[in-house]
Amino acid sequence: MSEPSPIARYGMRALALTYLALLLAIPLVMIFVKTFEDGLGPPVEAVTSPDGLHAFWLTVLCVGIAVPLNTVFGVLCALVLVRQRFPGRGLINSLIDLPFAVSPVVIGLALFLVWGKDGWFGGPLADAGIQVIFSTPGLILATVFVSLPFVVREVQPVLQEIGTDQEQAAETLGASGWQTFWRVTLPSIRWGVTYGVILATARALGEYGAVAVVSGKISGQTETLPLFVENEYTNFNLAGAYAAAIVLALLAIVVLVSMNLLRRDPDELHEPGLQAIAEPAKET
Amino acid sequence: MTPPTDTAVATPPKVGLTPPFGGEVLTRGIVMTWLSVIVLIPLAAVVLRSTEEGVTAFWNAISEPEAVSAIKLTVITSLIIVVVNAIFGTLLAWVLVRDEFRGKRFVNSIIDLPFALPTIVAGLTLLALYGQDSPLGINITYTKVAVGVALLFVTLPFVVRAVQPVLIELDEEMEEAAASLGAKNSRIFRSIVLPNLTPAIIAGCALAFARAIGEFGSLVLITGNIPFDTQVASVYIFGRIESDNTTAAAAVAVLLLFISVLVLFLLNLFGRWRSRHERA
Repeated sequence: MSEPSPIARYGMRALALTYLALLLAIPLVMIFVKTFEDGLGPPVEAVTSPDGLHAFWLTVLCVGIAVPLNTVFGVLCALVLVRQRFPGRGLINSLIDLPFAVSPVVIGLALFLVWGKDGWFGGPLADAGIQVIFSTPGLILATVFVSLPFVVREVQPVLQEIGTDQEQAAETLGASGWQTFWRVTLPSIRWGVTYGVILATARALGEYGAVAVVSGKISGQTETLPLFVENEYTNFNLAGAYAAAIVLALLAIVVLVSMNLLRRDPDELHEPGLQAIAEPAKET
Repeated sequence: MTPPTDTAVATPPKVGLTPPFGGEVLTRGIVMTWLSVIVLIPLAAVVLRSTEEGVTAFWNAISEPEAVSAIKLTVITSLIIVVVNAIFGTLLAWVLVRDEFRGKRFVNSIIDLPFALPTIVAGLTLLALYGQDSPLGINITYTKVAVGVALLFVTLPFVVRAVQPVLIELDEEMEEAAASLGAKNSRIFRSIVLPNLTPAIIAGCALAFARAIGEFGSLVLITGNIPFDTQVASVYIFGRIESDNTTAAAAVAVLLLFISVLVLFLLNLFGRWRSRHERA
């Protein structure tokens, strides 16, 4: 296009940036302003209250279990999808994206139906004295569900790209399957795994809908940090709500910054899930 | 979107590798079991529960006035925000690719924030600016406008991130050629740039729509969840679960599931058609 007139150029820039400012930037700044408008005292008090601390550690626990599980599964699943050919492979490949497509509340309902005390899995477990729904295992299951696709979707394209030459070479030189995996495959997919883990962590930390359904929202027991935000807000403890929200927002910003720093190619545009769904042509 | 890799290259050679985790059948079995237990069986339970009391009960559940109103609000608002996203998403992508100004890198990196930010925090941030004690004097709480604004917030990155890479790769020579032949900028945009961007815009819109249909966390605080007014489908489902009417919840859930799977399936089909079209 020929050089647009300065008016058109500045006009478009101003319009785009105003939209972004009103929708995203100013609201975000406002939350920081609101949190600290009465000084440091109230927000610090709220997040260090017993319920606040409990919510924080419960969130850490859920993430700490869900993300490692999904990392192991993700690498395994990517290996199976890229290196093996079998009937039903296409089906598995599309099922992986379901957690992206399903409403968080529907995920919660699904877990509630299966793991509740009348459910297929929950019934026998309840007889054995294990409560899943309205208890920590339910929160962990919800977190696992929502963060499932990230590692698979990050590792899959990398595996496809690197091919099997190096692995074959290692094999020829007498390496066992495990040795090949640890010394050849894993080092070459490590960035994919890292991205996947970061994105899964971000999603797992902030999950609200699915967790809200299975938690029962018992303060100090089944309340994760996002649920704590809502509870504080509905109880008119705005300082607490904003303070906990800031903790979550800062974690999100850390995720974003680390993704930007780790990205090998600064121009590489990277959207988890988005490419996977919109580019099915890779599939055979 | 980047052009698809050639299928012949993507097919791996059959190698005599010893899989690191036991046999192929074992690894496949682990993957399928995990996926079934975590995702498939629970979702199947929703579908089963919705039809457990017969098709009539299912139909009654989704045609109940409160449910109809919630579904209508969800679909209509999602369609509106998709149009807004198509316009402003493309504009933002354009400004980020073709314009130069200080702080562009920073602006580019905050586009992804709605993906990283927990949804409940997204709702709270909007309340801070557009709530009861809004510094701008704009209070949108408990209105349908709030539903739209919250959905715009959470779906912001989709169109921008879909259009941006296409715009980066778009050859400016075509546009220069058109300009040298005397075409005006508006004409060049309509006849050259826009047709090239359309597939990406559609893909971004479809993903944004699928996301908006099921959105929950960012809406609960700001919309007030008023039945027949600002209550969206996901909030309706949540209410039915809490009042222990899981059959009604499951019926609406299946409808939502159907809509988003349909949208993504059509998008997938569109992607396949396009890649075949381009290769030919």
